[in-house]
Amino acid sequence: MGQIDLINISKSYDKQKSVLDEINLSIEEGEFFVLVGPSGSGKSTLLRMIAGLEDITSGTLKINDKVVNHMPPKDRNLSMVFQNYALYPHLSVEQNILFGLNAKKIDKQEQQKRLTETAATMGLTELLKRKPRELSGGQRQRVALARSVVSEAPLCLMDEPLSNLDAKLRAHMRIEIRRLQKRLGLTMVYVTHDQVEAMTMGDRIMVLNDGKIQQVGKPITLYNEPANLFVASFIGTPKMNLGKAVLNEEQGQLLIEDMLNLKVNPNVDDIPRNENVTIGIRAEHIFPGTDENTTHHLEVVNVEQLGNETSIAFDIGSELWTAKWPGQWDITVGDVVPVKIDMDNLCFFHSDTGDLIKSAKAGKKQEVVLI
Amino acid sequence: MSVNNVAIQETPMTQIDFEKVKKKQRTISFFKGMLFLLPSIILFSVFLFYPLVRTIYLSFFLTNAAGETTVFIGWQNYVNLFTSPIFLQSIKSTFLFVLYTVPITIIISLFLAMIANEKLKGIGFFRTVYSSTMGISVAAASVFWLYLFHPSIGLLNMVLKAIGADGIGWLTDPNWALFAVSITTIWMNLGFTFLILLGGLQSIDSYLYESADIDGAGYFYKVRRITIPMLSPTLFFVVTVTIINAFQTFGQIDILTQGGPVNSTNLVVYSIYREAFMNYKFGSASAQAVLLFIIILIMTFLQFKFGERKVHYQ
Repeated sequence: MGQIDLINISKSYDKQKSVLDEINLSIEEGEFFVLVGPSGSGKSTLLRMIAGLEDITSGTLKINDKVVNHMPPKDRNLSMVFQNYALYPHLSVEQNILFGLNAKKIDKQEQQKRLTETAATMGLTELLKRKPRELSGGQRQRVALARSVVSEAPLCLMDEPLSNLDAKLRAHMRIEIRRLQKRLGLTMVYVTHDQVEAMTMGDRIMVLNDGKIQQVGKPITLYNEPANLFVASFIGTPKMNLGKAVLNEEQGQLLIEDMLNLKVNPNVDDIPRNENVTIGIRAEHIFPGTDENTTHHLEVVNVEQLGNETSIAFDIGSELWTAKWPGQWDITVGDVVPVKIDMDNLCFFHSDTGDLIKSAKAGKKQEVVLI
Repeated sequence: MSVNNVAIQETPMTQIDFEKVKKKQRTISFFKGMLFLLPSIILFSVFLFYPLVRTIYLSFFLTNAAGETTVFIGWQNYVNLFTSPIFLQSIKSTFLFVLYTVPITIIISLFLAMIANEKLKGIGFFRTVYSSTMGISVAAASVFWLYLFHPSIGLLNMVLKAIGADGIGWLTDPNWALFAVSITTIWMNLGFTFLILLGGLQSIDSYLYESADIDGAGYFYKVRRITIPMLSPTLFFVVTVTIINAFQTFGQIDILTQGGPVNSTNLVVYSIYREAFMNYKFGSASAQAVLLFIIILIMTFLQFKFGERKVHYQ
């Protein structure tokens, strides 16, 4: 139940270049599944195809093991929240919430029962008689959610529902939506371009770029073991520091951006020798160096004091790297600071294909120590 | 001490200056605004306000053939109108004409706009065709319909004869003439009304329909609950404009029937024209014009008073 299967789903307009290419995916019941990608990656199109608002060019879409390619949206038993909420401006909050139930000719008493329940859970009881234009952004958002909840459809689709809210409200609604989904046991497919939303809300995330699946997995997996350079740079703030590197076997050294030398343990076996690779390192893995373990001295080009941590930028060859150090550091631009970069924290990618060769070994262990 | 004194003296001085400067600025900005309005004020005065005042003035006089006032007769022109069976007939015909044309125009063009709003191949062609009557002048359209209505060689009567019915004297039978003129007018107004309504339909957010699709709403439910209410500001505008236009119909009457037969299509504007430029009774014509102005004013006022309540502005 509530399970969605996408088998070789493709979409193209006018037989031109495909917007979505051979998408294979299975979404489990009760799962909070996030589709994330930059604008134009096809994530909204995919969602609209699941909803039945867009035709599927080729492939099979199954909901509850039934092929639904040909079914109109109303027969798919799902609800959807749109980016601009799609509230009917001429109807009151109450009429907006009941619109779908009226259309399905559901019994009046049942309608009222569901309305009172939903309004109570969403905190809308006081606002039922108002028109959408008399509501704030957050309240409109809640009406849109209520409309989807009141339908009691087991599957809920959301298309960037938080992008019209300000940052504070967005953080709050993230938690509210997540709690609502867990409490009602909904299967949620959630589209966003905001990787923070994806990381914080999703049980699983699918990263989409140029109509192709980049990676599907748990948020932490995507963060620690990005399947390719795109995922590495897309997931995480600040983005993963990347740089070109060559492993020189004779000298036992890894040369990053012709600037940083790293001693290499001779028995690292899975990295190609004397060949261009791309390495990546998370900002929190560039540690402040102490007297014993300092590996490099780098010149600071920018400092951001965040209160609980300090973000420091360095010029590494053609790249700008960022380090995040916990606590407050009294550093000014132009200082040369000691840092510690560890071979174990590096991710290696093929420079040509961008695919992952080897992920950071020490990732998880170090993180626990840090927190 | 001396520093203090200077300060105390200066404070009220600057306050007075503030007020003066502000007043001066307001005056300057008022004149600037007036300067921008001047072209419109001049144009409106010459072509609208002066004729309006002059018409009201004339309506209290008898005039000679050149339109010069001769005798002041007070309300007599108005009294004469309300006792004249021809004018009363004219008012009645005008209201009937409005009743025939406005609802049918709007229903047909709403229907056309709704089918032309679907996403279909070649829809641009149909949109062009449906709105094409906007580009046809009243004279051309009237001549075109004159031939369609022709008793012997007209297409309409030829069709009637082909199916075995008797021909109708479209423009010569007093029972049919107003109806025939109404058909012509509906046809002519379709283009404009269609275009405005199509524009209104296209400005409705497609998300609303998609959301309704997911909620399981059928076509007519969507029309009733989304399209009509969301279109209501446009509909209101179209109704108001079409009613005013219908009251002011002149061209097609002049070409098709000249107010005949037996005054059955003698609508108010045509009646004004006849009174002024055929009978040279400018006083009586002015009185009719003033009455028409008042009727349109009241109709529009009533519409805003009662119709606008049902309009949902976003």
